[in-house]
Amino acid sequence: MSTIFEQEIHVALSDLKLQKTITAATDRFSEKRRDVVAPDVLPEYQELRGHANRLKQHTLDHLDYYLETVEERIQSRGGHVVWCADAEAAVNAVVAISHEHGAKLAVKSKSMVSEEIHLNEALEANGIEPVETDLGEYIQQLARERPYHIVAPALHKTRGDVADLFVEKLGVERNEEPEELTQIARCVLREKFLHADMGISGANFVVAESGAVVLVENEGNIRMTTSAPRVHVAVAGIEKLIPRAADLAVFLKLLGRSGSGQPITSYTSFLSGPRREGEINGPEEFYLLLVDNGRTRILADDEKRQTLYCIRCGACANVCPVYRRIGGHTYPGTYSGPIGAILTPQFAGLGHEPALPFASSLCGACGEVCPVKIDIPRMLLALRRDIKKGETRENRWLPEKLAFQGWRWVIRHPWVFERAGFFAKAFLPSQDGDSWIRTGPVPLAPWTDTRDFPPPADRSFRQLWRSRRPKQ
Amino acid sequence: MPERENILSNVRSALGRRGGQPVPEPPPVRIVVPEWSREERVRRFSQNFNGDTFVAPSQDEARRFVAGKLDGRDTVSSKESFLGELGLTDFPNVRLAPDDAGELRELCIEAGVGLTGATYAIADPGALVVLAGREEERLISLVPPRHIAVIPADRILTSLDELFTILPDPARESSSMVLIGGPSRTGDIEMTLTLGVHGPREVCVVIV
Repeated sequence: MSTIFEQEIHVALSDLKLQKTITAATDRFSEKRRDVVAPDVLPEYQELRGHANRLKQHTLDHLDYYLETVEERIQSRGGHVVWCADAEAAVNAVVAISHEHGAKLAVKSKSMVSEEIHLNEALEANGIEPVETDLGEYIQQLARERPYHIVAPALHKTRGDVADLFVEKLGVERNEEPEELTQIARCVLREKFLHADMGISGANFVVAESGAVVLVENEGNIRMTTSAPRVHVAVAGIEKLIPRAADLAVFLKLLGRSGSGQPITSYTSFLSGPRREGEINGPEEFYLLLVDNGRTRILADDEKRQTLYCIRCGACANVCPVYRRIGGHTYPGTYSGPIGAILTPQFAGLGHEPALPFASSLCGACGEVCPVKIDIPRMLLALRRDIKKGETRENRWLPEKLAFQGWRWVIRHPWVFERAGFFAKAFLPSQDGDSWIRTGPVPLAPWTDTRDFPPPADRSFRQLWRSRRPKQ
Repeated sequence: MPERENILSNVRSALGRRGGQPVPEPPPVRIVVPEWSREERVRRFSQNFNGDTFVAPSQDEARRFVAGKLDGRDTVSSKESFLGELGLTDFPNVRLAPDDAGELRELCIEAGVGLTGATYAIADPGALVVLAGREEERLISLVPPRHIAVIPADRILTSLDELFTILPDPARESSSMVLIGGPSRTGDIEMTLTLGVHGPREVCVVIV
C-alpha cells in the first residue's frame, strides 16, 4: 500500500533542479548555524540548551497557571484574550474581530499556527483580504502554495521562478535580480501596510508574567504589521508560553543562531498590548488568541509532551537526510522536517499518515541540533511503536510480522547470527573484488532497483573483534 | 466563556493538576553579566553591530558626522532629549515627531532619514534597545530608508543578560520594546542577502 506521502517522495526525488536548490539552501543554513554555536564562539551553548529545555518543561508542566497569568496581565493593560479550542474556533474569532472593527484588509506576518488553522482561506471566504508580508510567505501566497520550510517558506524557488511569478501575478517587467524582486515586493506591500485595517501576527514566545508577545524577524514586516494598523491580533499556540522576560536571555541566544545562524536577528519585538498614553503610534486594540487545536492531547502524553517544546527554528530540517532529499511539500500537514514527522501524526491522530514516523533513518542529527533538546529520534520510535500497536490483527502484514519474529530469534542466538551472515554472503551474486551489488536477488531487489548495495566485507565484525582483542 | 473553561480543564487533566494548585519557582535563568569597561563595551558594540557605527570623540564631532549623513535630506526626529542637547534637531529639514499619529506616519513615509536615540544598546550581541514612549516611537526607526541613532556611550550595556537584569519586565515601561540588530534584510530568494525589505536598508549608530 502506498500513501500519497510515499508517492510524493518519488516526485521530489526525480526533480533534479529541486534537489540542487534544497541542498544548497539547507547546507548554507547548517554551516551558518554551526559557525555561531561553535565552542570557541559560544562556549555556553550546551548549557543554554539545557536551560531552555528545563524552562519549557517547567512551563508546560504548569501550563494552566501560566495561561491564567498571561490572560490576567494582558487584560489589565486593556488587551483581549480569546481562547480557541480548535481551528474552527480560532478562525471564527479572527473573522469576528475583523467584522467588529470593519476590517477589509489584513496584513499578516509569518505564522505557522495560522497556516495550521487555514486562516487565510477563512478570511477570504468572509470578504477580508489577507496579505502575507514576509517576502518568502508573500511569494508562497502568490503561488498559492504552503510554506516549504519553517524558516524559509520559498526555499525551493529559484530567482527565475520568483521572476516568472511576479510577471504573472503583479504584471511587472521580468527581472531576475533578488534585489529588484525585493524592491517590487516592498512597493506593493508598503501600500498594503498603510491601508490595512488589521495586522495579524504569530508569536515566537508569549511571556506570561509580562503579558507580552515576542516576535523575531529580519525584514521589518512584523514591526509594520504590529505597529501600523489600528488592530493587532496575535495568534499563538498555547505551548508558546515562557514564564518571565528574563528567560529570553536564554531563548533569544538560541533561536536566531539555530534558525538563521545569527547571534541576533535584525528585529526582536516585545509587545505588551495596545499603545499607551504618551505613545503616538501603535495599535488601539490588541488581541491574543490562545489556540489549543490538539495541543492538550499531546500535553496529556507524558512521554511525548516534549514535542511541544519546539520553538520552530527549522534547524532539524536543515540537517535531516530525509528532508534534504524529499523537501518540505512532500510532508503532509503544516509542519515539515523531523519536527513535522512527530507533530503531524500527533495532531492528526495516529491513523493518519502512519508512514511519517517511519520516514527516518534515525541518524539522530535532528536531536543533536535541537536548541531545546527535544529527543526527536526517541519520539519517532515511540510513535512507530504506538502505530504498530494500534494496527489490528487483520491489517498487520503477516510476512512482515514473521520476518521480524525470525529476525528476533536470530539476533538472540549469536552462533545462528554469525552463520546467517556467512550464508547471506554465499547467496549474494558473486562479485569481483570490491564492486558494488547492482542487481540483488528478490528480497534485496527494491533496494538495488534505485541504488547499489555495498558488498559484504571479507571478514565479519565478529571475526575482526576476536582477532584484534588483546588476549587476557 | 465555555472555551476558556474547557481548555483550562483539559490542560489540568492532562497534567493531573487542580485549579489554583501552587506552582514552584521556575528554574533559575543563567544570568552572567561580564565586567567590561566602557571602552570595551564601545569596542564590542562596534564590532558586533550588524550595521554602521561611528564613535564620536566629542559632541562637535558627532554633530558634524550626523550633518554629513543627513546631507540636507528630509528627516524625522524622535523627541529624545539627547538629540536636542547635541543640537541635531536644529538642522534644516529636520522635523520633530508631531503628537498626531496620522501626521507622524505621513512624515515617516515622506522622510529620507529617521533620527532617533536609543534607550540602551547591547554590546554582545550588538543591538539597539528602543522602548516606545515619550522620547522614542515605533515608526521612526522603521519606515524611512535610512536610520541614524545617536547614543551616549554610557548607555551601552554588556549583554542581553544585563538588559534583563536592569529591565526585568519591559512591559512595565512600554507597550513596545524593540531590539534592533542591523538593517532590514532578507535571504528569502535563493539565500541571497538583500537589504531594505520593509525597513531601512541602512542603519548607522553614532556613539558619543
